[in-house]
Amino acid sequence: MSRAYIPKVVTANHLIAGDSVWLTADDRWSPVMTEAELIDDEAHAAIRLLFAQHQKAVVVGAYLADARMGTHGPEPVHFREAFRTRGPSNYPHGKQADIRNV
Amino acid sequence: MYSYSEFDDAFLRERVAQFRAQVGRRIDGSLTEEEFRPLRLMNGLYLQLHAYMLRVAIPYGTLSATQMRQLAMIADRWDKGYGHFTTRQNIQFNWPQLRDVPDMLQALADVGMHAIQTSGNTIRNVTADHFAGAAADEIEDPRPVAELLRQWSTDHPEFQFLPRKFKIAITGAPNDRAVTRAHDIGLRMVRNDRGEPGFEVIVGGGLGRTPMIGQTIRDFLPKAELLPYLEAILSAYNLMGRRDNKYKARIKITVFENGLDAFKGEVDDTYARLRPGFSGFDQEMLSEIAGHFAPPVFRVAPTDGYDAARRADPVFRSWTDTNLAAHKADGYAIVSISLKKQGATPGDATSDQMRVMADLAERYGHDELRISHEQNVILPHVHKSDLPAIYAALLGADLATANIGLISDIIACPGMDYCSLATARSIPIAQDIATRFDELGLEQAIGPLKIKISGCINACGHHHVGHIGILGLDRAGVENYQITLGGDHTETAAIGEKTGPGFAADAIVPAIERLVTGYLDLRAGPDETFLETYRRLGAAPFKAMLYDTEASDAA
Ligand code: SF4
Repeated sequence: MSRAYIPKVVTANHLIAGDSVWLTADDRWSPVMTEAELIDDEAHAAIRLLFAQHQKAVVVGAYLADARMGTHGPEPVHFREAFRTRGPSNYPHGKQADIRNV
Repeated sequence: MYSYSEFDDAFLRERVAQFRAQVGRRIDGSLTEEEFRPLRLMNGLYLQLHAYMLRVAIPYGTLSATQMRQLAMIADRWDKGYGHFTTRQNIQFNWPQLRDVPDMLQALADVGMHAIQTSGNTIRNVTADHFAGAAADEIEDPRPVAELLRQWSTDHPEFQFLPRKFKIAITGAPNDRAVTRAHDIGLRMVRNDRGEPGFEVIVGGGLGRTPMIGQTIRDFLPKAELLPYLEAILSAYNLMGRRDNKYKARIKITVFENGLDAFKGEVDDTYARLRPGFSGFDQEMLSEIAGHFAPPVFRVAPTDGYDAARRADPVFRSWTDTNLAAHKADGYAIVSISLKKQGATPGDATSDQMRVMADLAERYGHDELRISHEQNVILPHVHKSDLPAIYAALLGADLATANIGLISDIIACPGMDYCSLATARSIPIAQDIATRFDELGLEQAIGPLKIKISGCINACGHHHVGHIGILGLDRAGVENYQITLGGDHTETAAIGEKTGPGFAADAIVPAIERLVTGYLDLRAGPDETFLETYRRLGAAPFKAMLYDTEASDAA
């Protein structure tokens, strides 16, 4: 038996702004990871990734990232993905600032 | 200073117009990312972790006040009010929006700057000694040759698709401040027996995955033969370099796998073939270029005011002791402006700071600024009588940190705070080390010490040649930092040795503290530097400081 599938989210960078975005269940690209669709089926993940890769005029470099369910929605597993939800650690720039200002 | 000809200017404008059309076609969907990516990279535009990043070349690290002000304007208008100076004497803007980039490139072209060949498998920005044209120890200003190389390599049809990227560094002084032994080609000016200047040509150096110190392929190459000889090296590499494996494609591997003698044989054959084609046109160009780099007219004035200010103000004195270097003209000094305030991001300058530095260059510094590979800014020509006024202006702009060459003058690459290739962060580690030693008040007592930090094996932070090198890695999903010791970036270049297992993010600063306080106990006297102590005693006592304590802590 193969090991249990680690749930995934589909993530990419926005074509114009370049910031990280996540694919939602209703086919939007959200700047907030907790709104992402958490995918726990490998075949479905492949389909969602294909869908994302065809959105060539909206996003760049779509890929599947490991995730887990948290209190407010999907959360990152790896620290790189955690940084992508926040922005750099040396200045309050990027998402940590944008989202506060929303 | 070199100013672009009408030809250069028209060329840049045409390139901007081309890229504007390409961006338009990308945004309207007629270009795919696969099609667009090589085009944007050719224009220095990367897609990083949180945003696009625009890398702008500062050829041989030389800027005028007008250019520096334009960088400040770009930072304010299209970025977040700051820029990051890199170890390759480039500046990076971390937050541009795709649709603004053509305007940014246009603004750069307005002051004769561009982002061409800051990416791709081409000859990259030629780097040079940041004290070029000013240093007391210099044989000749290497920048005319660097500019000749820039013109020769820009859009050179044969060298647009090399096996891999190609980096050239040049210095006109025997003291190597340009890290020539860690470049694909390093050029170090030397004199022959007759006292004529020429170049020691070093080939096959490089850091990254397989760090290597370059080997000398020619002890002395007359200046007139430089361009055909470099063309021969590039041609030989273009043919012999491996294209089957990206990790074996750099010239260091070509030289290593074939051996220096075989590689040199190929270069010599090619050279014999190419040499007749160089009719002397290159030398005419060189002398034309050299005219643009004529030294400023240095003034003769008393320096009593400077001496009095030094006596009166110990803080000013400390800054002059640390941040000045010897100038070739009487009464002059080279000023290094530290972009390494303890706790700040190494190499970052705000737009306001850029404008202050531009004003100082214009008012006191013959309109010249330099960016060092150590991520600081240099005023190369300052009369000592102007130093008190300069210092006061720097203090007002939070730029008066007196730490050049000391433990907090850390090189750090952007790491995982920005870079999409990173395996760990480097900036916070630099911030924490600098802050810690500032708290301890030990910085001056420790003396010269180079800490260099990279956020991945690509080694943009030059960690292999740091006296203490730190490499950030991902160990099973956790940031982990590996230490190397004994590296040296100068004419006595050496690759640092790995000490052993790495340290977690919260253990790396204490580990560095053990190393440095341990060194203070072991050094033969206050004049023996960290590197000298390491060379005298070897790695063993330093490894013990790193790991024995850990074991006893755990016990
Ligand atoms: S060393 Fe690695 S992490 Fe640092 S800037 Fe270079 S590629 Fe990025």
